[in-house]
Amino acid sequence: MGIEILFNLSILQATIRMATPLTFAALGGMFCERVGVINIGLEGIMLNSAFWAVFAAYFSGSSGIGFLAGVLSGMALGAILALFTVKYYADQIVIGTGINIFGLGFSAFMCQKIWGSRGASEAVAGLPSLSIPFLDRIPYLGPLLNNHSILVYLSFLAFIFAHYFLFYTPWGLRLRAVGENPQSADTAGINVHWYKMIFVILGSTLAGLGGVFLSLAHLNFFAWGMTNGRGFIALAAMIFGKWTPIGCFLASLLFGFADALQMRIQTLGILPPQIILLLPYLITILVLAGLVGKATPPSDYKPYIKK
Amino acid sequence: MRFSLKKSPSRFSILPEIIAILLAFFIGALILLFSGYSPLVAFSALFRGAFGSRNAWGQTLTQATPILFTALAFLLTFRAGIFNIGVEGQFLMGAMASALAGAYFSGLPAPLHITLSLLLGGAMGALWGLIPALLKVYLGAHEVITTMMMSYIASYLTSYLVNYPFKAPGWVAQTEPVAKTALLPKILPPTQLSLSFIISLFLALLVSFFLFHTYLGFQIRAVGLNPEVAENRGIAIKNRQILAFLLSGLIAGIGGGGEILGVHGRFVDGFSPGYGWDGIAVSLVGKLHPGGCVLASILFGMLRAGGMTMTRVTKVPLDLSLIIQALVIILVSAPYFIRAVILRRRDF
Repeated sequence: MGIEILFNLSILQATIRMATPLTFAALGGMFCERVGVINIGLEGIMLNSAFWAVFAAYFSGSSGIGFLAGVLSGMALGAILALFTVKYYADQIVIGTGINIFGLGFSAFMCQKIWGSRGASEAVAGLPSLSIPFLDRIPYLGPLLNNHSILVYLSFLAFIFAHYFLFYTPWGLRLRAVGENPQSADTAGINVHWYKMIFVILGSTLAGLGGVFLSLAHLNFFAWGMTNGRGFIALAAMIFGKWTPIGCFLASLLFGFADALQMRIQTLGILPPQIILLLPYLITILVLAGLVGKATPPSDYKPYIKK
Repeated sequence: MRFSLKKSPSRFSILPEIIAILLAFFIGALILLFSGYSPLVAFSALFRGAFGSRNAWGQTLTQATPILFTALAFLLTFRAGIFNIGVEGQFLMGAMASALAGAYFSGLPAPLHITLSLLLGGAMGALWGLIPALLKVYLGAHEVITTMMMSYIASYLTSYLVNYPFKAPGWVAQTEPVAKTALLPKILPPTQLSLSFIISLFLALLVSFFLFHTYLGFQIRAVGLNPEVAENRGIAIKNRQILAFLLSGLIAGIGGGGEILGVHGRFVDGFSPGYGWDGIAVSLVGKLHPGGCVLASILFGMLRAGGMTMTRVTKVPLDLSLIIQALVIILVSAPYFIRAVILRRRDF
């Protein structure tokens, strides 16, 4: 058995697919943390978006409407997180934990009510794949990057745009200031609470897209707890990526590869999947401990109370 | 700057908490109404299933027991200013250690076997708490992320152990059953309620005594309230934070062990529906006081135990309990929201 059984085109394609929900959620988590809010609730936000996307696609027959429903669900939970943590100074971790439990409970409750099984929904039409003609002509890269779901390409655009937005626009500068030094930002005339709310909602919406990818592109149905810890892996990817869009994307690729590898190894049965599944968490701890580069959060996560 | 240790959160009014819990049930009722169920029928089944009979009480308290352990574990670190959200991991590691000690030690008299197994569980939990403690104190790694990551590692590690090296023959991923001498006595047959419940109550008393009536407990609270002042007063902050982590892991580990030796009799893969996460919520709902934790853990035990009856009788999905739990967590942790929006007070 050669190494090519693990490292071949199909596993690299799977890496790109499995990195997509992580990229969305890691970018989403990054925007929240950049304005000083830890979004522990990524998992629940993703799961709820995955559910609503299937819900809307099932009853409307259109995956586009499903996509919109997933986006709206991410916005709604983001708004709750923002309202409670920014305006009412509630603890971010606790609200995030609440959102996770809510996401798990609510999606299962509705799934049982609508489809009679809390395990899985009926299948719906997924989002279309994109075939880019000129990509096929590039050797190696072409087959690797072509014919993925439209959301895969959207995730590429998202991290590139996030990078540009964060580091090359005045809004990006202001949002970084809000996280790093809210007092100074306030003194400079930036509406700190407003910025925090907007970007927590935006970040949660991005995380919601990760959920939509899972239920309308990866699988074409909703399954109980289908995020399976990806919200937490995304947090890990965000830290490993040092709270930068490009870092988030590269870390997501790495953890996406771990995910793809884990699936492959599970079918081959050569190594316990649990060992590979725990690697992203272990790497994150090593990163935080400063053993693999230093990780300094962009904010102290304290609620900003205007004096 | 001065300490004001007397003004602990438990002395404030509990009105916002009560309103939050009622509001959570109210929103739960709305969700039921919109999905075509009768809230009245569902909730009466839930309360009957939780408190309606001797057996119902037994089930509720059985469900409350592991949550009380994890709530106390979270509470201890929180009082030292540490946000240890890795209680689930410490709970699981303790459960695994106790399950193995219970199954593989033999020839011991029951009291000794039980004590040894529980203590090994506690030690394993403490060890699992020590890692993020050292990472925080010496390397400055934020405990919120490290403890969460440690939880997931524990979850996959125990899953690996129970699926591979310690898997009992058969298709279910579970360890060998623990010896009869390691089983905790049941105190309310035929329900699953075991001695573990009494241990958890005893620990609640002990934690309360430790935090509020010993010098070491005072120091831990001082570190949590204001580390700078505590340091100026000559308290070794790092030392006390490590201690809080160790004690937290110890309690969570014993809780995990108690669940195995008292209820399941072996480590079954995925036996914990997230007791560690419930503990965080219960600790906060209980206003970070051991007495409050006891009451709040019974509330959550009620949602779990009563929820099962509700599902059986009314076909309302069990997940309603989870939804209400989530709402309780969110609303209780936002007293300013309750004060401003519900009580119309502007002075928050």
